[in-house]
Amino acid sequence: MAVKKNTPTLKKGLAQMLKGGVIMDVVDAKQAKIAEDAGAVAVMALERVPSDIRRDGGVARMSDPKMITEIMATVTIPVMAKVRIGHFVEAQILESLGVDYIDESEVLTPADEQYHVDKSQFKAPFVCGARNLGEALRRIDEGAAMIRTKGEAGTGNVVEAVRHMRSINEDIEALKGMKEAGLKKYAKEERVPLALVKETRDLGRLKVVNFAAGGIATPADAGLMMQLGCDGIFVGSGIFKSSDPTAMAKAIVEATLNYDDPAMLARCSAGLGKAMESLEIETLETRYSERGW
Amino acid sequence: MKIGILNIQGSVAEHLEALRKLDVEVVLVKKPEDLRGLEGLILPGGESTTIGKLMDFAGLKKELKQRVKRGMAVWGTCAGAILMSQLGLINIEVERNAYGGQQESFETEVDFDGIKIPAIFIRAPKILQMGEDCEVLAKYDDDIVAVREEKMLVTTFHPELTDNLSVHRYFLEVAG
Repeated sequence: MAVKKNTPTLKKGLAQMLKGGVIMDVVDAKQAKIAEDAGAVAVMALERVPSDIRRDGGVARMSDPKMITEIMATVTIPVMAKVRIGHFVEAQILESLGVDYIDESEVLTPADEQYHVDKSQFKAPFVCGARNLGEALRRIDEGAAMIRTKGEAGTGNVVEAVRHMRSINEDIEALKGMKEAGLKKYAKEERVPLALVKETRDLGRLKVVNFAAGGIATPADAGLMMQLGCDGIFVGSGIFKSSDPTAMAKAIVEATLNYDDPAMLARCSAGLGKAMESLEIETLETRYSERGW
Repeated sequence: MKIGILNIQGSVAEHLEALRKLDVEVVLVKKPEDLRGLEGLILPGGESTTIGKLMDFAGLKKELKQRVKRGMAVWGTCAGAILMSQLGLINIEVERNAYGGQQESFETEVDFDGIKIPAIFIRAPKILQMGEDCEVLAKYDDDIVAVREEKMLVTTFHPELTDNLSVHRYFLEVAG
């Protein structure tokens, strides 16, 4: 019987298996093991977590393949890694390593000011950030098999992730009230196919899994994003920049599972020590969420 | 009939949608008490390490085993199959991620209990060995991909990611 690989169904399917889970940024095999032991559904392998990228400045690039393969050899859960926006050669390299998901990420310094990676040309599935529905649909149209809010990575401030999740939800609600002409106008303005707009309206949600990312630092933040309707959580600096990463990792995993149970959330939140150092959005020199379009 | 879906993580909504089409009462199971009165339980696809750990945190494993002793049917898809093997609910030995990473995931068709159905394998496990009382329900090449032992059912693929309800129907017969 015919066997097909790397189809949209399979790319999207892996993200469906991650729903309700937490994906954690890790910088080495040791952190990856801590994340897996705490119950992470996947890890994001990168050289520096976003808060360090912010502090260090300069160009942030794809991580060293040696580090990524070490992490792949250490854990059995899926391993994701980041490429710069538009850097299709970094994506080719990660694909050749056999990573399970590629994140075309605004946290790294963009490599192309005009084009995102043509993700449909790759065997490996992609996740991309979005601030609103138009951006999410453009990425899906380019072949993204999973979406996450951009939020504002490395800040420990959840406000932007909330804004982006609400914006996507509200935009989808607005589609439901539109007539044919309105839908056509929306598709044209957002430069996405009308069929994709209609499919999204009919589903009442994005056609791919949608996680929250960018600024999630506590179990309560994870609960907030889940109650706003996201499918799961990315935590970047929030785990390994906290005072007790093992406890924080486990707590955020449990909070994501019990997001609608305040008593359980209280238990998850107790005695965790200090959350990561945080930043006000207004004081930032660079807003990562403004990268990409 | 009352069927539960373990609601920790993974393809819960997909199984829920399939069961809704089959006109059964569905319970989403997060706590030991949610298992009360179920005739069957589905362990969905997801990450088996994560689901296993969170079942421990929630104190679900002991109660699940007791319910199985009292006749509850269980069906595990992919990660669920791994968990059923680990919990000793079915006499099979599995190897996790046996085909490799995501780029080795594949779609095909298999004959399940005499019916041709679409089969989606995502970072799928392999069934390496099985006990004498196990019955093979489907194979892909030489690999056993669906097994039944009395009221225990495992599939290493994901019927919940397709529109085909054959395996869900089959499970309801097992549970009923």
